Amino acid sequence: MAILSKEEAQAILKKVIGFSKADSCEVSLSGSDGGNIRYARNAVSTAGQISTMSLGVSSTFGKKTGTATINEFDDASLQKVVKRAEELAMLAPENPEFMPPLGPQTFAESNTYNAKTAAITPDTRAEMVGKSLSVSKAAGLDAAGFLENATRFNAIMNSKGLFAYNKGTDVSFSVTIRNKQGTGSGYVEQGFNDVDKMDTLALSKIAASKANGSAGAKAIEPGKYTVILEPLAASDIIGNMFRGFDARSADEGRSFMSKKGGGTRLGEQLFSENVNIYSDPMNTEIPSSTFTGEGLPVTRTQWVEKGVVKNLSYSRYWAAQKNVQPLPFSRSMVIEGGTQSLEDLIKSTEKGILVTRFWYIRSVDPQTLLLTGLTRDGTFYIENGEIKFPIKNFRFNESPVIMLNNVEALGKPVRTGSGLIPPMKIRDFTFTSLSDAI
Amino acid sequence: MTGVGLGASMLPNIPAFGKMITVEESLTPVDVALKKKMADVALNAAKSKGATYADVRIGRYLNQVVATRETRVENISNSESYGLGVRVIANGSWGFAATNNMDDASIAKAAEAAVAIAKGNAKLMEEPVQLAPQKGYGEVSWKTPIEINAFEVPIADKVELLLNVNSEAMKGGAKYISSNLFMINEQKYFASTDGSYIDQDIHRIWPTFTLTKTDAANGKFETRNALSAPMGMGFEYLKPKDTEKIKGGPVTMYKKRYDILEDVREAAVHVDEKLKAKPITPGKYDLVLDPSHLFLTIHESVGHPTELDRVLGYEANYAGTSFLTLDKWESKKFNFGSKEVNIIADKLETGSLGAVGYDDEGVKCGKWDIIKDGILVNYQAIRDQAHILGLTASQGCCYADSWDSIQFQRMPNVSLAPGNVPLSAAELVKNVEKGIYMFGRNSYSIDQQRYNFQFSAQLAYEIKEGKIVGMFKDAAYQANTQEFWNSCVQRCDKNDYRLGGTFSDGKGQPGQASAVSHGSATTRFNGVNVINTGRKLG
Repeated sequence: MAILSKEEAQAILKKVIGFSKADSCEVSLSGSDGGNIRYARNAVSTAGQISTMSLGVSSTFGKKTGTATINEFDDASLQKVVKRAEELAMLAPENPEFMPPLGPQTFAESNTYNAKTAAITPDTRAEMVGKSLSVSKAAGLDAAGFLENATRFNAIMNSKGLFAYNKGTDVSFSVTIRNKQGTGSGYVEQGFNDVDKMDTLALSKIAASKANGSAGAKAIEPGKYTVILEPLAASDIIGNMFRGFDARSADEGRSFMSKKGGGTRLGEQLFSENVNIYSDPMNTEIPSSTFTGEGLPVTRTQWVEKGVVKNLSYSRYWAAQKNVQPLPFSRSMVIEGGTQSLEDLIKSTEKGILVTRFWYIRSVDPQTLLLTGLTRDGTFYIENGEIKFPIKNFRFNESPVIMLNNVEALGKPVRTGSGLIPPMKIRDFTFTSLSDAI
Repeated sequence: MTGVGLGASMLPNIPAFGKMITVEESLTPVDVALKKKMADVALNAAKSKGATYADVRIGRYLNQVVATRETRVENISNSESYGLGVRVIANGSWGFAATNNMDDASIAKAAEAAVAIAKGNAKLMEEPVQLAPQKGYGEVSWKTPIEINAFEVPIADKVELLLNVNSEAMKGGAKYISSNLFMINEQKYFASTDGSYIDQDIHRIWPTFTLTKTDAANGKFETRNALSAPMGMGFEYLKPKDTEKIKGGPVTMYKKRYDILEDVREAAVHVDEKLKAKPITPGKYDLVLDPSHLFLTIHESVGHPTELDRVLGYEANYAGTSFLTLDKWESKKFNFGSKEVNIIADKLETGSLGAVGYDDEGVKCGKWDIIKDGILVNYQAIRDQAHILGLTASQGCCYADSWDSIQFQRMPNVSLAPGNVPLSAAELVKNVEKGIYMFGRNSYSIDQQRYNFQFSAQLAYEIKEGKIVGMFKDAAYQANTQEFWNSCVQRCDKNDYRLGGTFSDGKGQPGQASAVSHGSATTRFNGVNVINTGRKLG
């Protein structure tokens, strides 16, 4: 029941729009069907399966909008939810930023769905976790991990005739493997739309090798170092920068994208020349939905070209204020890189630090986007192109904006948490203190 | 961890699956007799399928949010999430399932699914679950002692209050102001095969704002957040009372009544001072930490590392583990902090976010020492962990954020006891030669074993020779947990004791949010390393 076809979803939405008496009405129907397993100390700790579907109705009279949601889909319930939204709209204060619904739009057909992922059962999950546990047990190490998959759909319709539907699947896996003495720890995480790409055995072997390799870490002095950030580490930091590409907060003078004296830094060279960032929901490695919640088409957008800010994101309201076209974000962010592997980057480094991942990243100063956080689960000292020894974790204080001005080299992008991100070689990365954490 | 919890993009992690309902609907609770009947259906179904233990939670979670910005209302939402979760032990393993179809057949089916999952998981278990004994309490109830149910206060009154806050801010020269009011009512029913039927009605409230001024010519901006605390209270928290204020310092401080209009007027002045503040010179300073700031340091550096599930490795893949390993506790002499440091876990404290009568596995709540005169003496445990500490009963730390989440070990209120010698904050400041007086939470980060942390504040005043002489900017302190707590030299007395807290402490996979308070009086820490976080962009 939770995953409706395009036709089934359209039929329900049409019925709902038919019940509307408001000036305008926007309806969204979404559902998901998925499950998870969590394990720790080499044994399963919890497992669950959940299926949900819900319908949201936004009704507007003039500039007064009310929203109601429901998870029952018989005619009486559908009528009730429309009526409730309309009653709430009558009581609501006027929203001066209300934007009328969009008319029909054209959307590219996304490639977010994979039938094999949709067919995952609790047994598939147990088998995938079993492979991970076989690695930790055989190596005499302890594993704690989480595997989760879901099939989701989302459909929207409005009283101006707009309709959009998307169906997708995802599977994500992460595991922390530690040695029994608690002196070494390794981690991997990966997400895909297609379960066939997910190799829990190979990933767990990487985590196990980092657990062993990071044991006996030496302390080196905090300071400025050349770092090689694995894609996950780079993504942890850069992910915090993307939301700064919002035009409104820049125009309002409260973002690192704000310009001294007013306005935004659109068109300025903000990063090194080798930094190119775009988003594309049709990217086959990291596909995402081709429409926003209000039905705006999402297409390929260049955000940074040769270090110059090419676009900022505009909501429909802010775009109208500024007389520009609205431009939504996409979840498919891509930082272009080269062909070099992580190993190539290490080989080319005389002295540096290899970072597996970062942890507990928080904003320190929104004006410079200064972030703090710590390295975790495998930090290594590099000398003359080789990993020499594991080092103790560091706290860093660094801004992704400054970091992307200090790019020495970018490797081949891979899919990670916040996009398709290359391993990065960055000079003068600021570590401010040591941590005893393992 | 805890969510930032301010601004539209960072709303606290309140259940997102809620169904929108009218205010009138939210005021009608589910009949207790009906809840007992549904609970028995689940317990009987579980037992008949072979469960050796079962508990059921019927939860009705109400959330109301009023969000405003400058002169307009951004969002009003009133939502409900209602359903049932059943947890069982079968073949020595846990199983869990949930449903929001509340007919007998669906409830029985959920219970049966939980037993099937338990039996499936049992094959991967190396040792069976050991549950601390727990007597049944029969039919009992508990309610947050509120004076005014926030859900009964008309939304129009709440909108008016917040728009007045915004108006005061703009009168004070604010360029932007957003103000929000979050209200939560958890109507929770718990029943177990031990013979408990527990009905609880829990209330929480959090008023807050962020005031921003910009300096366009220099491309700078500064903000100040409300110095309110989220509380386990009703709407009475927003009724100012002079006896609940502490005045005389650079900032008015609030105990169990909050004056949001006064705070926003002060905030407008503070932001001007922040825009003109002098950059801090890095080095060692004595820190005087107000409870509105210290609560988060307590949360991160004491609350989390004393969670027993972290100590044991159950959170290794997400939140992390803990430096407070069992051997340190067993030694009975691990020097966590100075003699001043007495940390108490308390699930009963009136007005706190964690106060409940019973936890989410039917254990009556209590109070115990975690750090006694600087020594680690205890952790936070639930029923299936109690035996590890040699305890004969759970400490009542079990919580689930929804009927469809699995309950697990969550932090109780963890607080620093105030000093026994009479001392006000103003008197404490007088003895500081070179220090910083910090108020409010800002940036916070700590490693996965809770050794190394970095915190900054909403307001950082310079103390020079016992006097407050101005404001610093770009100040953050970095410390090691054990060293930091050993540098604790002085605490103000109980008259200065206040609660801080968070609505959105995150833990677990899938993630769950929990609300928790941390109390303290103003406290002094000597010789802490402070860095300057100011940077320049090209």
